[in-house]
Amino acid sequence: MTKLAAPKPVAINPLKSSAPLGAAMAFLGVEGGVPLFHGSQGCTAFALVALVRHFKETIPFQTTAMNEVSTILGGADHLEEALLNLKSRMKPRFIGVCSTALTETRGEDFAGDLKAILERRAEELAGTDVVFASTPDFDGALETGWSKATLAIIRALVSTTNVHRDARRVNILPGQHLTPAEVEHVKDIVESFGLIPIALPDISTSLDGTVPEQWNPTAYGGARVEDIARMGAAACTIAIGEHMREAAEALREIGGAPVVVIDRLNGLAATDELMMLLAELSGRSVPERLLRRRSQLVDAMLDGHFHFGGKTVAIGAEPDLAFALAGFFTDMGARVSVVITTNPSPIVSRIAGDDVRVGDLDDLETAAVGADLVVTHAHGRQMSSRLGIPLLRVGFPIFDRLGPAHDMRVGYQGARDFIFEAANMFLAQDHHATPESLDPFRAAGAAHLEERHDRPSFSRH
Amino acid sequence: MAQALKETIANVFEEPACAKNQAKDEKARKKGCAKPLTPGAAAGGCAFDGAKIVLQPITDAAHLVHGPLACEGNGWDNRHSASSGPTLYRTGFTTDLSELDIVMGQSEKRLYRAIKHIAETRRPPAIFVYSTCVTAMIGDDIGAVCAHASEAFGLPVIPVDAPGFVGSKQLGNKLAGETLFTHVIGTREPEQSTPTDINILGEYNLSGEVWQVKPLFEKLNIRLHACITGDARYNDVASAHRSQVNMMVCSAALINLARKMEERWGIPYFEGSFYGVTDTSDALRQTARLLVSRGVGAELLDRTEALIAEEEARVWARLEPYRQRLKGKRVLLYTGGVKSWSVVSALMELGIEIVGTSVRKSTEKDKARIKELMKEDPHIFEAIPPREMYRMLRDGEADIMLSGGRTQFIALKAKTPWLDINQERHHAFAGYVGIVELVRQLDLALSNPIWAQIRAPAPFDAKGRLTKAARFPALVEATDTSPSKAYLRKFADTEAQDLGEC
Repeated sequence: MTKLAAPKPVAINPLKSSAPLGAAMAFLGVEGGVPLFHGSQGCTAFALVALVRHFKETIPFQTTAMNEVSTILGGADHLEEALLNLKSRMKPRFIGVCSTALTETRGEDFAGDLKAILERRAEELAGTDVVFASTPDFDGALETGWSKATLAIIRALVSTTNVHRDARRVNILPGQHLTPAEVEHVKDIVESFGLIPIALPDISTSLDGTVPEQWNPTAYGGARVEDIARMGAAACTIAIGEHMREAAEALREIGGAPVVVIDRLNGLAATDELMMLLAELSGRSVPERLLRRRSQLVDAMLDGHFHFGGKTVAIGAEPDLAFALAGFFTDMGARVSVVITTNPSPIVSRIAGDDVRVGDLDDLETAAVGADLVVTHAHGRQMSSRLGIPLLRVGFPIFDRLGPAHDMRVGYQGARDFIFEAANMFLAQDHHATPESLDPFRAAGAAHLEERHDRPSFSRH
Repeated sequence: MAQALKETIANVFEEPACAKNQAKDEKARKKGCAKPLTPGAAAGGCAFDGAKIVLQPITDAAHLVHGPLACEGNGWDNRHSASSGPTLYRTGFTTDLSELDIVMGQSEKRLYRAIKHIAETRRPPAIFVYSTCVTAMIGDDIGAVCAHASEAFGLPVIPVDAPGFVGSKQLGNKLAGETLFTHVIGTREPEQSTPTDINILGEYNLSGEVWQVKPLFEKLNIRLHACITGDARYNDVASAHRSQVNMMVCSAALINLARKMEERWGIPYFEGSFYGVTDTSDALRQTARLLVSRGVGAELLDRTEALIAEEEARVWARLEPYRQRLKGKRVLLYTGGVKSWSVVSALMELGIEIVGTSVRKSTEKDKARIKELMKEDPHIFEAIPPREMYRMLRDGEADIMLSGGRTQFIALKAKTPWLDINQERHHAFAGYVGIVELVRQLDLALSNPIWAQIRAPAPFDAKGRLTKAARFPALVEATDTSPSKAYLRKFADTEAQDLGEC
């Protein structure tokens, strides 16, 4: 059953991070980029802290610093000043402007303002591309902002003229639910077929945590603006996640490259599909190394399935991430009893779970009682300790563990390791038998048996 | 081999109560059961392993292995014999002999010091000291060291003389039984004793299975005085000679102990099992009968029958939902001993087809029972060679295999569901609740969705060449309709390998 409306009048322990944050993350996937929030200072500060705590990196991030007066009189001046200051201080190649709830509610004509500014300041801003995405905090969540920003980049920067078709170039539009390591892995796979991947956004080289030889005020790494401009020339656009469909379609409109949306990439059949696509595009065989990874995944499924069968999993995540996670656990024989997600994306109706709805961590906590595993971001830790259920950290933010940028759960290899990761969490629960738990007459034990035995919880196909 | 050990082994081999022995003629009996192992084709544990399996579940005792590291170091803490209290039995103690200890003959001194350390720092009620191949070979007299240490530190220090090279795991089981008979049972008096006290022999509380059946006895006011040795305390085992009845669970393992306890203390025994519905009922019935023969009021029989009727009704009701799902499913059972026919009967009750069962380790009586149950089925195996087993499973001759850990990967590599029913398993399958758990696990294994996924052929061959045609309408459409997509067309009717690098 999928219900899309959260009936309660209050959000308790929010599950979602807001759309501008997702947009900022996407803008960080462009080389030499700086995201700029058009809003009050706090909008940026909270988002910045969240990003820094998650990635453990300095994040270039600026604000138009709207104040009371500009909120009343209009923020165009602040936007103009911010762009000029950013340009002179950081010399960015790219500035990604995200609106916020504040400026959207005020009803600014961002596009018009920005157009005017860019015309007026063409000289000062030369060499810096400025892209605007409308991302009010009150609409959607991380994936929403990410996809809007990607779409905005494509509309603004992909060249519509002089498209020289290159059969070896493949556009990859990774969803927000992919980590830098996962984007890198997908690119590696594409390259192993002799193809040239252009990922947008490409956080695999900007948020992957490296130590450059000099200080960079802007994002270093990321998709190059020149490469983005040529995306219309690619042979195919592969969108990973439903929320990247619109951006992929935009590319198709520009260059005519066919679009394939891969809804998830963390299972055997899902990865097979990517292989087939790449084999077809390249005319090459699937490389030996990947065949071996596939066989390792099959073996991991065999070894791992014992620990998933009969287990109940509760998931709280953004729609496409939730879809991928629920599919993964269901594939392995676990029952996904509840999925709480952040917004009613079209993918939500396809999520495998007994109870799928939009809500918050409080909803998840209520519904997760009795589950064997909670799968959500780091804010699930309180619920996890209250319920005594282990927490598998996924998505954003993960501020209390190191290395979330390098979690790699896609492709044959990622799915293989994810099976081990989750199975080891089940194993670590170590429910040692006790005389009480096995007593055939114990009242609670009997109830437990009724629950477990009389209504077998069969895996869902 | 020390003379004493030689005699013990000969004695064990002549066990008159052993069903296998009974079937032998005089000459064959004299030769003993020590089938020499075939070098290069042997599997299974040694006598030391067997002795430790039997004794280690005594939870409050310390278990000290006298030998170089491997014997304890490579195998400790690997069984799921559960304890409801003390955990000392899970601590791995070994003298960890060095080359120098062995060459210089210092190993006995080292053993003595090890015992001293354990006695002083852990203060256990008893210490079991296991000899191993090396210490037996160099002639360490662990009996003398134990006797001396026992006196010096004021606690029982029991020598377990079952070095690995004397024989199989089963022989080790029996040598452990001898150890208990010689050094432990009868050395203490129970703190409490009732006319309905019983012992269970050869039950090691793997995954807590004793706890699935103990309450059944308690419901009948029968007191399980000592389980030998699952979840046991040393004092309970030492005073087990005051119990009225012995139930022997793993028939091959402790038959000598059961018979000797009957001889010395007049405790009658029967052989039974807690696997399956009818077996569990039978075990309760026989226990009651023997207790009545020892003077307990005959009304116990009625109460037992009432409990059996109630519990059987409950268990069948619980199994009912599975009947439809499991009916006609084909099971290959590959295990030994009593488990075979007992599980066979329960599964057949649910309409599950047994396509084959092994009778390794099973007694003649066990085999007869299986034959009776599987009248029309010729599939009774002694042992199946791994290659043949793989073939059977890969060819889909069974839907699932139930076996022990050693054959697990044959099934899995053949992409066939598998369920562990041997001692390494994590689930408790004893008694009425246990069979429901077994069937639940069976269902979980069979219905897991991975099987369809991993059996579906990959869309490319072993060389990575695509074996399926285009499945991406977007690509096909682009090729067909748009002239600008000519670059795609060249792939459309071409074999992948013709293209080479692009």
